[in-house]
Amino acid sequence: MKALSFAVRSFGRELRSGEVLVLLSAVILAVGALTAVGFLTDRIGKAVARQANEVLAADLRLRSQEPIPEQWQNLADDYGLSTARTVAFPSVVYAGDDSALSTVIGVSDGYPLRGRVLISDVLFGEQRIADGVTPRGEVWVDNSLLARVGASVGDTLSVGELELTISRIVTYRPDQSIGFASLAPTLLLNIDDIPDSGLIGEGSRVSYSLLLAGPENAVADYRAAVDTDELPDALRVRTQEQSSQRAFSAADRAQRFLSMTAVISLLLSAVAVAMSARRFAHRRMDTVALMKSLGATQGFVIAVSLVQLVFLGLIGVAAGSVIGFAAEAGLSVILADVISADLPDPGLTPVMLAGGSAFVLLLGFALPSLLQLRDTPPLRVLRHDAMPPSPSRIFVVSLSLLAVAALLYRSVGDLAMLVILLGGIILISAALYAVGRFLVAFMGRFRSAGVGVAWRYGLANVSRRGRASAIQVVAFGLGITVLLLLTLVRTDLLAGWQRTLNEEAPNHFMINIQRSEVESIRSIFTDRDMAPPDLSPLVRARLTSVNNVDSSEHEAPERWFLRREQNLSWAEELDSSNELVAGDWWAPDYDGPPLVSIEEDVSVEANLKIGDVIGFEIAGQQLEARVASIRRVNWDSFKPNFFIVFSPGALDEFPATFIGSMRVQEVQRPLLVELVRKHPSVSVIDLDSILQQVRSIIEKASLAVQAVFFFTLAAGIAVLFAAVQSTIDERRFESAMLRALGARKRIVFSGVMTEFAALGAAAGLLASAGATALAAVIAVELFQLPYSFNPLYWLVGISAGLVIVCASGYFAARSAINSAPVDVLRGAT
Amino acid sequence: MSNQSGADGTVLKVHAASKKVSSPEGSLTILSDVSFDVSRGETVAIIGASGAGKSTLLALLAGLDLPTSGEVVLNGHNLGQLDEDGRARVRADSVGFVFQSFHLVPSLNALENVMLPLELAGDDDARARSSDIIERVGLGERWSHYPSQLSGGEKQRVAVARAFSTEPAVLFADEPTGNLDSRTGGKIMDLMFDLNRNSSTTLVLVTHDSKLAERCDRIIALDSGKLASDTRVAA
Repeated sequence: MKALSFAVRSFGRELRSGEVLVLLSAVILAVGALTAVGFLTDRIGKAVARQANEVLAADLRLRSQEPIPEQWQNLADDYGLSTARTVAFPSVVYAGDDSALSTVIGVSDGYPLRGRVLISDVLFGEQRIADGVTPRGEVWVDNSLLARVGASVGDTLSVGELELTISRIVTYRPDQSIGFASLAPTLLLNIDDIPDSGLIGEGSRVSYSLLLAGPENAVADYRAAVDTDELPDALRVRTQEQSSQRAFSAADRAQRFLSMTAVISLLLSAVAVAMSARRFAHRRMDTVALMKSLGATQGFVIAVSLVQLVFLGLIGVAAGSVIGFAAEAGLSVILADVISADLPDPGLTPVMLAGGSAFVLLLGFALPSLLQLRDTPPLRVLRHDAMPPSPSRIFVVSLSLLAVAALLYRSVGDLAMLVILLGGIILISAALYAVGRFLVAFMGRFRSAGVGVAWRYGLANVSRRGRASAIQVVAFGLGITVLLLLTLVRTDLLAGWQRTLNEEAPNHFMINIQRSEVESIRSIFTDRDMAPPDLSPLVRARLTSVNNVDSSEHEAPERWFLRREQNLSWAEELDSSNELVAGDWWAPDYDGPPLVSIEEDVSVEANLKIGDVIGFEIAGQQLEARVASIRRVNWDSFKPNFFIVFSPGALDEFPATFIGSMRVQEVQRPLLVELVRKHPSVSVIDLDSILQQVRSIIEKASLAVQAVFFFTLAAGIAVLFAAVQSTIDERRFESAMLRALGARKRIVFSGVMTEFAALGAAAGLLASAGATALAAVIAVELFQLPYSFNPLYWLVGISAGLVIVCASGYFAARSAINSAPVDVLRGAT
Repeated sequence: MSNQSGADGTVLKVHAASKKVSSPEGSLTILSDVSFDVSRGETVAIIGASGAGKSTLLALLAGLDLPTSGEVVLNGHNLGQLDEDGRARVRADSVGFVFQSFHLVPSLNALENVMLPLELAGDDDARARSSDIIERVGLGERWSHYPSQLSGGEKQRVAVARAFSTEPAVLFADEPTGNLDSRTGGKIMDLMFDLNRNSSTTLVLVTHDSKLAERCDRIIALDSGKLASDTRVAA
């Protein structure tokens, strides 16, 4: 109690006198940065995820071959989710005498829950967003269906017993990639018209979907509830993760980048808190010795320190939250397009998390320094060189690591990832320290080679303070490493996306091309002096066995791949959008027993390895092939890609259709009309709208990455600034002494700046090396991007070290050097 | 405050106290077999050349450090038998300090510096008592000034006020005038002796100023860590 009231009083006094300001500003900055970055990553992460959800037209989708029981609808109502239903089935539709097999989709009000349906009034005409769903009595058809039946808008289409007016052409549905490769021409009608069509009966192949959307938590709760209930076999849950590799990879990378940014702001905050706490504890040592000489017990000293630490934390969190909120508000305005207003308010969550993190940082990094105070010998009042024994290094290191590990675990949530990250941090810190000490010793040699006393004084200081200098190099180095890393990864990420958004990327897919049509289709293009599309063969098959064991008994982490219908293809050469990660690609003229190449993720999820023999059933016949290689596929390329690719010739005797992709300019669109009229069975899928969707995701993700990057960079530089401030005490006394000995201010100042420059350059050099190595690992492993070395970054790293450390050193040193030497030398108060 | 001096009125008893430290050249004896008693209310000067062991002896007397051998009994407490916290409690209870370099807490103003030992002892009346004593040292107008805003003499007056605020049984002063000019130093010593008389505190003063030493009841001279002489000064 006594300690509490004393702590409160003396904390008030220290606050007033500015003693605690450096540590306090470090905490405030940390909380501000963590709150704002936390807020941003949360908002943008959700916005990107929601955008990615558009490929489901919902946040969650239940699919079944049977009508979906009411209980799931009721459950959705209970959770406050919005819902819509679709019913899809194949049927032959008629316009006059012309008919076509098409996919009939009945949609209910509210469809789509995420994303938009685009419509136009003429074949391959201008698109606009549909307002509401297809009214009863009308039908919206896609381009290829219209071409195939030779009808126009306004004509009548017979769907079973229904006579419907074709009122619009539907050019894009957000969920059109579901069941993509099997896509026949589609038509949309109102779900309430479906019963009257008389088309659904016993044995019809109907796919029922219940679309669900709502607040993230509610969707997650619903999902959990659905998962715990015994789902009937026919009923399957689909989430965005399973539905679109393309959109997912961009969103996923953005999310990873955001998490990385959060981790980086954490590490920077840790650096700042640790350095400021050291200074704080050091400055309090005299006061503690005095208090002990006046009768304060160790317990009292500890209690007072702890109470003050808590106060410091509370004030830091409060002030930091204000800054964080202000930053949030500002960023929300700037990013209004990305952060849609209908996302739930993050409320106090980011603040709570940042506040909690700040306390963990204080405990992990400031506590050891403060505990050390307890052992300050009271003798220090008589002999100023009496120091407390250094706290056990094992204790300090394990406490700090524990704090970082706890916080990192919260951010990454994955034990393996945590171990990698922590290992990386320890390794880099150790390397920075070792090389830092070497550099410090090395620089000491140049003191006599210099151009004057300032140079000699500065470098002498760096090498004399060997261990302390090295620690500073580690701290600044770590800070610059993570900032540089952020820059490197961001650049790679954006460049990768830019390639994806290449204007030359194919914007149309063709499917269901018969072997006999291949030449005719090619000639449509070559007749107009256009490059013919790349056409890939496609053979439908089922995977039946792995190494002669029935596929249903094959052990694998994920079963979906083993169960689904497979689209097989073959190729002579590895496509440019593929990269071999294991095994060998066959020779172009390979003529041996069938070989297959498997996509990387599938090989892991379905547990398929090189050398495994996989059995397929194709049109009633069996075919076995050995796995020869594993490929990584760039799904962002918008080229047809396959999980399973056969060696040439292996599939020749099986019925195949072809698919292809091509780039068609706006002015070349009449070609498409000719193509679908000539080849009515071929479906042309307008990727422009999907591309638009992906572009929009990527653009949002890029903007998000940029915004978070610049904010983190600014916060990081501010934090490093604070860290440099915390080292100035050591120099204050010496500067005063030199001036007392007759050195001019300018000389002393140059000396101090030489010291900072040396430290900054060393930190920048080390950071460049560390960041380059880390970026290579992260780019390849975490973001699956090719990494390219750029020596320019070394220049940037060293300059950044010089500029940040010198600029912050300048401001810190200025006040120290401008104070009258006598005040500093008297020092003893 | 409390007074637990022996029946014979001894407030400080030093018996065969020695202090050795290890140094690169081997063990170094700083104090060797020093013994003496100090009675309640006495004023004692400890003198000697630089390196004679004066400050070390002061540290042992106040329990800031422990002798390698021998014992120190302060106000009835054998310091060697107490742990650091126990010694701190004895200091809180019976000791005041005045240091050569003042040792004021920079973040506290003059009044708050005086209040510090009272607050550490949990005195509810700290502010009133401190205001009173800061008046008595002549800084009533400047109580709200911070150490950086005070002259050397003023700082030492604050330190003296702080030392007397708890009315300690023993007041230790380590070269209290060492950082002051002779006129200011003289005034500070006048103040200390006045306060000492009024509160019947025992004063133990380390100094190499012989004039100052002669104002005390008794002079203990150290030479190379040994007790060279123990002289009573004629009144």
